[in-house]
Amino acid sequence: MSRQESGGTVTGAQSLVRSLESVGAEVVFGIPGGAILPAYDPLFDSKTVRHILVRHEQGGGHAAEGYAQATGKVGVCMATSGPGATNLVTPIADAYMDSVPIVAITGQVPSMSIGTDAFQEADICGITMPITKHNFLVQHVDDIPRTIAEAFHLASTGRPGPVLVDLPKDILQASGTFAWPPTLDLPGYHPTTKPHAKQIREAAKLIATAKRPVLYVGGGVLKARAAAELRVLAELTGIPVVTTLMARGAFPDSHTQHLGMPGMHGTVAAVTALQKSDLLITLGARFDDRVTGKLSTFAPDAAVIHADIDPAEIGKNREADVPIVGDCRETIIELIAAVKELYDGGTRADITGWWKTVDQWRRTYPLGYEEPTDGSLAPQHVISRIGAIGGPEALYVAGVGQHQMWASQFISYENPYTWLNSGGLGTMGYSVPAAMGAKVGRPEATVWAIDGDGCFQMTNQELVTCAIEGIPIKVAVINNGNLGMVRQWQTLFYEGRYSNTNLQSKRIPDIVKLADAMGCIGLRCDTKDDVDATIEKAMAVDDMPVVIDFVVGQDAMVWPMVPAGTSNDEILAARDTRPDYDSDELV
Amino acid sequence: MATTHTLSVLVEDKPGVLARVASLFSRRGFNISSLAVGPTETPSVSRMTIVVEVEDLPLEQVTKQLNKLVNVLKIVELDPNASVQRELLLVKVKADLTSRSHVLETVQLFRAKVVDVATDAVTIEATGTADKLAALIKVLEPFGIRELVQSGLVAVGRGSRSITGAETRLRSVSA
Repeated sequence: MSRQESGGTVTGAQSLVRSLESVGAEVVFGIPGGAILPAYDPLFDSKTVRHILVRHEQGGGHAAEGYAQATGKVGVCMATSGPGATNLVTPIADAYMDSVPIVAITGQVPSMSIGTDAFQEADICGITMPITKHNFLVQHVDDIPRTIAEAFHLASTGRPGPVLVDLPKDILQASGTFAWPPTLDLPGYHPTTKPHAKQIREAAKLIATAKRPVLYVGGGVLKARAAAELRVLAELTGIPVVTTLMARGAFPDSHTQHLGMPGMHGTVAAVTALQKSDLLITLGARFDDRVTGKLSTFAPDAAVIHADIDPAEIGKNREADVPIVGDCRETIIELIAAVKELYDGGTRADITGWWKTVDQWRRTYPLGYEEPTDGSLAPQHVISRIGAIGGPEALYVAGVGQHQMWASQFISYENPYTWLNSGGLGTMGYSVPAAMGAKVGRPEATVWAIDGDGCFQMTNQELVTCAIEGIPIKVAVINNGNLGMVRQWQTLFYEGRYSNTNLQSKRIPDIVKLADAMGCIGLRCDTKDDVDATIEKAMAVDDMPVVIDFVVGQDAMVWPMVPAGTSNDEILAARDTRPDYDSDELV
Repeated sequence: MATTHTLSVLVEDKPGVLARVASLFSRRGFNISSLAVGPTETPSVSRMTIVVEVEDLPLEQVTKQLNKLVNVLKIVELDPNASVQRELLLVKVKADLTSRSHVLETVQLFRAKVVDVATDAVTIEATGTADKLAALIKVLEPFGIRELVQSGLVAVGRGSRSITGAETRLRSVSA
C-alpha cells in the first residue's frame, strides 16, 4: 500500500485494477467471463499486474496458492460469476484449511438481478462463507478500494487465509472516485500478535525442566517466517524437533535434532517421541487427527505448551497447560530470552537420557523401503533421486496420496518454503497448478511438481498455460496406474478387493504424447538405471515445461503407518512390523 | 453436562451477518435454542442474544470461533443471576361465554394482558422468563390453545454498566 492517489472519476473496473496495482499485486491467475468482463478491459492496460490466463478456474485458484506459499505474498485469482466462481470453491477450501493467503475476485450478476436466478448467478458469498476467512459483496463503486485493501489485509495478517470479493457487474461499470490508501474499516478484527509475558515465563519454566520434551512444529512457524528463530530455540535447548506435513522445511532435515515428520505416515522416532513425551512445545500446529491418531491416547503423559496466532486452535482438540496466543516468530524470540535466563540461573533439566532413547528409535527404525521383487521401478527411489538431483534450493510441490507422503519422507528439505502441498483438505490435483504459481513467484528457482497419475489427470490442463505463458515447471508423474493410496487401504483393510482404483494410466493416456500435445517436453522412464539420466535431462531444460512419466510398480506402500482411528502406539514401521518398545527404557 | 448459556453478541449491522453467525453454529455442531436480533443504541451495531445448550469447553470453542468472524465486535456471556432475561409470548386461547372469566383471571394472575378479543377466543400477550411463560401456557392449556408464538430471549445485564461501553472489556478468549 505504498502508492498514494486521490480524486479523479473512474469506473469500478478501473478502480479495481488500480487498487490491485496499489496493493502491490504482481500477478492475477484468472479467466474472464460475462460478469467480470468490465474488469478485464482496464486489466489489459495494466503495466504492473500480469494476468495469467489459466485453463480452468480451479487451476487459477491453486496457482494463487502456490504463488502465495512460495513467496509469502498474497496470491490473487479471478473468475466470473456462477460456474467461474464455483470452480474456485476447491482451491478456496484448500487455502482455508492450510491458512494460505489468497484473494479471490469474482464477477457477479448486476445488483438488480441478484436473487432472480439470473444467467450465471451463484451466491458465491453464501457458498464460500464456511471456507473463507471473510468475504465481501461490494455494493457501492466507491467501496472498491477499501474492500480490496481490507481483503489483502485480512488474507495476510493474523492467521492467513482466503478472502473473496464479489463484484456485481453494474458496480464495475459505475462511475466513482478512486483514492488510495483507503482507511480500513474492520472494527471487529484485532489479531493478537504479541504473546502474553506471563505465559512465556510459564512456558520457559516447563521447557527448562522437562525431561522428555519435543518441539512439535507446525505450518504456523512458516507462516510467521520464523524458521531462523526456531533453529536458535532448538539449538539453545537441544530438544528434539518434529516438523508436521505443513512444516517440512521449517527445520533442516539434515539437522541432528530433527526426528522427521510425525503423524499417520511419520517416522517411528517422531511419532514415538511425541507419544512418550512429557512436554509438547507446540508451535503453530493444531493437533490434527492425522498427527494425533486416536486423540484420547495421544501423548498421554505430556504437558502441553500451545502457541498459535488463532485462539480458537488452542484447546480445540487437546487441552493446553500453557496457552500462548501470538505470532509464532515473536513467541519464539521471547521464549529464547526467557529460557536463556533460566539456564543462566542454573535451571536446566538433563535430557541426555531422553536423547539416548530417541536415538535408539531413530537408529532401529529409520525411514526406508523395500526394493520391489517384480523388477518394477520403486516410486520411493524415483522421488529420492529427484530430491538429490534437484537439490535443497529447488521447490517441490506434491499432489495428494502415496507420492505426496513419499515426497515428504524421501526428499531432504533444508530450507523453508521449498515444500508445498495440500495438507488439510487433501486436494488431488493441487500439484501442477500450484507448481505453476510457485514458479511464477520464484522464477529463478527450479520447481518440481511431484504428482501421481490420478492427481495429474485432474488438473494437467494447466501445462498448456505453463507452455504458453513461459512457466517452465518440471512434472514428475509417479505413474503406478492406480489411485495408489486408496489401493493401499484396499490392500490393508478391504482384503485386496480393488474396487475402482485401477486407472490403467500406464496405458491410457499416453502421458508423453499428452505432454507433447500440450507444448511440453515429454519423457518416460521405467527402469532404475534410467532414473538419474532422465531427471538430469529434465534439469537441463529451462525454457519449456517438462513432464516425466515415471512408470512404477503398483504394490509399493507408504510406511510407517498408523491405521486411521487407532492410537499412535499402534504404529507399524512396515507391514506387520510393530516397533518393539519393551527393550526401551524411558528416563 | 450441557447447561444453558446466554450470549450477547454485538455485530456490525451488515448484510449476511445473521447467516454468518447462524451457519457457524450449525457447521461447528452447536444447537441454538433461541436467537433474537435487533438494533442497539449505536446505529451501525446490532445485538444478537443467543441461547445455547452446551458444555463449558465447547462453549469456549464456539465463542472463540464466533470472535473470529470479522463482523463480530464483542461477545459477552450473561449470567442469569446478574441479568434481566425476557421472552415475549402471544397466545390465542379458546374463550367462550362460560370460560372467558376464568381465562381473564389467569391473565390477571400472570400479569399478562389481553390484546385481542373475538366471540370465541382471546389473544394474550405476556412477557417474562422462560419459566413464567411455560407456567402460563400450562395453566391456559385446559382452555384450549389455538395458536402460540414466542420470541427469542433478549437479555441485558443488571446495573448501570453497558456492554457497549468502554468500561466492559471484551470477553477474554485468549485464555
